[in-house]
Amino acid sequence: MSLPEPTLNSYLMLSAVLFAIGTAGVFLRRNLITILLSIEVMLNAVNLTFVAVDRFRGLIDGQIIVFFVMTVAAAEAAVGLAIVIALFRHKETLTPDAFTSLKW
Amino acid sequence: MDAILFWILAAGAVIASVLVIGQRNPMYSVLLLIASFGALSGLYVLLGSPFVAVIQIIIYAGAIMVLFLFVVMLLNVPTEEMPTGPQAKFLGGAGPRRFGAILSAFLAVQLFWAMRALSAQPMPGNETPATTVAAIGERLFREYSFAFEATSVLILVAMVGAVILARKEHQ
Repeated sequence: MSLPEPTLNSYLMLSAVLFAIGTAGVFLRRNLITILLSIEVMLNAVNLTFVAVDRFRGLIDGQIIVFFVMTVAAAEAAVGLAIVIALFRHKETLTPDAFTSLKW
Repeated sequence: MDAILFWILAAGAVIASVLVIGQRNPMYSVLLLIASFGALSGLYVLLGSPFVAVIQIIIYAGAIMVLFLFVVMLLNVPTEEMPTGPQAKFLGGAGPRRFGAILSAFLAVQLFWAMRALSAQPMPGNETPATTVAAIGERLFREYSFAFEATSVLILVAMVGAVILARKEHQ
């Protein structure tokens, strides 16, 4: 059995699939924590693109950007989860439909 | 060998990610996402970026996912609630969710279509050396030193913000 050698396209396609899975998760799930997890899936898809293109072109800048993306993801997770805790304390639910007080 | 590893890890990452968004219980979602991050970390090793592979495990799987796990256990909401009430019928009904699913499938098709224009060139093989941590560190502290310092301010702000947001309000 011989599988095709991975090309740059294989990595980019994998990244596209992961990104689409993440967007689908944001739309389909009805739980604030799972929505945040879907955003993490999307961030990882982007990281994979950075590293693949880096390797392809022989650079290291992409890996440094990945480092910054991870830092921002950590900050986002901390603030997002703090907001989730505050919302849960307020309404005792995590369904996004329950939080409509800012809706016009 | 590399080809087999790539396809195994890619399949693992995709299957784990699909299961992440297919779970009603956020607990399983978090654990499956850690599995997905492990597969991605293997892909980073294949791409000759051991530094990224290691920080993927340490920061993502080790720190961020533990934070998620902590919140899931703290809030104790095991399964997703089904939509109830008249406004849920409008917002959470099949219509908008199906529309969102169609939109993300459309996004995937669009990305594939954009990538078809790229010619399928092979990746550099094993003869290309992997990136060293020393090279990354040198670049990070010379050319990206301002961004690095700005990141520390960002983390400080996020920490203070998280503490203030999650604090119990005193009456």
